[in-house]
Amino acid sequence: MTVQPRSSFVRSLLIPAITIALWMIVICGVIYPILLTGIANLLFPYQAQGSLISVNHKIVGSELIGQNFTVPKYFHPRPSATTTTDTPPKPAPYNAANSGASNYGPTNKKLIDGVKDAVAAYRKENGLAADTPVPIDAVTASASGLDPDISPANANLQAPRVAKVRNMSLTEVQQLIAKNTQGRQFGLLGESRVNVLKLNLALDGAKTSS
Amino acid sequence: MLVNILQVAIIVLIIGFAFVVPIGTYLVRIFTDEKDTFLERFTYRILGINSRDKMTWQRYSQAIVLSNLVFVVLFYATLRLQDFLPLNPDKISPAPTAALAFNTAVSFVTNTDWQNYGGETTLSYFNQMVMITCLMFTSSATGLAAGIAVIRGLSQSGINDLGNFWVDLTRAIYRLFLPICFVLSLIYVWQGVPQTLDAAATATTLEGATQTIARGPVAALESIKQIGTNGGGFFNVNSAHPFENPTPLTNSLEIMSMLLIVPALTYTFGTMVRARRQGWVFFGVFAALFIGFLLIIFPAEQIGNPLFTQVGADQALSALQSGGSFEGKEVRFGIAQTSLFVTATTAATTGSVDAMHDSLTPMGGFAALSEMLLNVVFGGKGVGLITLIMYAAVTVFLVGLMVGRTPEFLSKKIEAREVKLVSLALLAHPFMILIGTGLALFWPHGVDSLNNPDAHGFTELFYAFTSVTANNGSAFAGLNGNTTFYNTTLGMGIIIGRFLAPVLPMLAVAGYMAVKPRVPKTTGTMSTNTVFFGVLLLASILIIGGLTFFPALALGPIAEQFELVAGKTF
Repeated sequence: MTVQPRSSFVRSLLIPAITIALWMIVICGVIYPILLTGIANLLFPYQAQGSLISVNHKIVGSELIGQNFTVPKYFHPRPSATTTTDTPPKPAPYNAANSGASNYGPTNKKLIDGVKDAVAAYRKENGLAADTPVPIDAVTASASGLDPDISPANANLQAPRVAKVRNMSLTEVQQLIAKNTQGRQFGLLGESRVNVLKLNLALDGAKTSS
Repeated sequence: MLVNILQVAIIVLIIGFAFVVPIGTYLVRIFTDEKDTFLERFTYRILGINSRDKMTWQRYSQAIVLSNLVFVVLFYATLRLQDFLPLNPDKISPAPTAALAFNTAVSFVTNTDWQNYGGETTLSYFNQMVMITCLMFTSSATGLAAGIAVIRGLSQSGINDLGNFWVDLTRAIYRLFLPICFVLSLIYVWQGVPQTLDAAATATTLEGATQTIARGPVAALESIKQIGTNGGGFFNVNSAHPFENPTPLTNSLEIMSMLLIVPALTYTFGTMVRARRQGWVFFGVFAALFIGFLLIIFPAEQIGNPLFTQVGADQALSALQSGGSFEGKEVRFGIAQTSLFVTATTAATTGSVDAMHDSLTPMGGFAALSEMLLNVVFGGKGVGLITLIMYAAVTVFLVGLMVGRTPEFLSKKIEAREVKLVSLALLAHPFMILIGTGLALFWPHGVDSLNNPDAHGFTELFYAFTSVTANNGSAFAGLNGNTTFYNTTLGMGIIIGRFLAPVLPMLAVAGYMAVKPRVPKTTGTMSTNTVFFGVLLLASILIIGGLTFFPALALGPIAEQFELVAGKTF
């Protein structure tokens, strides 16, 4: 009934178990990723290195990674819950070396109070009436803490503030928003969004290189 | 709204219709091919394996356990010795503790990928690239091989021959995973996923601050992470990180990757046991559960959190924003893509996340949790199908009891020994989840690890033990699992969830079924390849799952839903 040859435990099980592990580490853990690194850097060197944006040959950030903006002349990104790696951790928004989220549940008082404060701060900063609904992405922390985008609704509400501080016309700022708004991918996937870093670079009129 | 429903529908339809038959057929070819390719022959020669050797179910199980054990020992060693190993350009130190290394090693070897650490702050490129990327290939190939072995057992009569584990493992990697992953990785890089061995980049932001941007060989890991339904992220926040998942296209590909192989296995099963209709019945049960859970998560997240509206936030969907409960979600994905990802990752036991599950609405969290509790909404590589076959055996047994017939499945009698083994597999899962959750509740300082109070805090714990036991790996990530207690108990959950439920008992069932002779069909035989049986199977899954877990669910997400409606915060 059994087709099993009576080879020993060591020869037919233990030795293959060890050699196959070492072999697969070489194939899947060394050759595959190294080969991929070579080809990826040949075909897409900009993306493979992290989509880094340079101004005057100095790296100012990555187009995919959000960064913290607090002064009024720049568009502001979403709240970020990233922290330092100290114990206990200290808040450090947009720490791209330690991604993280609030992980607050929907009935957590800290979450709801945080959103309430963020709504009040957003209205004050942008000179909005006390009953203006604030776009949800402007007052909630992202999943990565590094979300590079804001919703067009959020950008539109910040535009008057930025225009005023920069002595630009609102139309000019709105044109820059439109220019830096990415629609749904292939007109279908995901959501329309505004890349905050690219928009702010455009406001500064910076010449970027990659 | 329409575009959002449309994009979800298109992805689901591609998964359901474009993949199942071609991939299922290809899987049959891979695992029944009499010939080895040149590279395979070369590999077997180096390894000293005779690819014609057949394994009994006992041998096959031993090979799986031993091979996993070797990987656990190796990975544990490289984790602990990280300080002395190369490829650590960011000088990440200290190496993981003994408890964390144990948890991480068993987690990645068993395809669970539960992570009690943040990748970019804890692991060197050596451990991320050489060890974890490799383990993602071997662990998913192991699960797939186990599934194929069970199918072989069920397709045979009079012999105990489940195939050769070394050959199945090698072929799954060479012919399936490596080619697909290479192409997918390049697409990911094109979309913005880094693939570099350079250290973190340092940027000076427009406001003059210094920003350190962690990166690394991400793309190579990202593709197999999803294709292999592994789910362990390169970065702490997993597929929510813009470097792991930069665009809606990568998000869609990651969703489709998770469900590329598992649904197709039903067709592979149908073909190999020469019962195609049976395969389609299984596919139908999987798909019905999947759509059902998607229809809970999507509306729950889109309607959002009433408390946000009360404090002045606008959650309404419009042309200018996706709206919905947006804490712990990313703008580029929006609610539609996020909901589908949540449904898929907890279905396919991937466990990668593109949103923080801890911040899902109570009903969204309920659905994600329930998918792992049932563990048969497609399920992991091979393991999902094994679990469904297990439920099918239970169903014919229950129905057999009701009408007083000897239960039969695929023309084989299901007898006491098989029912006992199936019951063992069926009970190990809730036993580990419920005992583990209970233990954590009264263990000294066990609840100190919670990030949220009240019902949601309980769900955090319950979710953790469910996720590890289902070998899923997603988390209500507020829970701080990096303590000796959680590293150890969650590690035990992973081992029990992998080997006791369901792999080893079901390999045994397959072995016992394989040697049984086929019984001829009579008018008394209950056919299992009908829609009616599919409904019975679905009902059995929901009733068994409901009876087992309803009390715990009532204390967690269901209680929280009532609290939310009542406007209470804690």
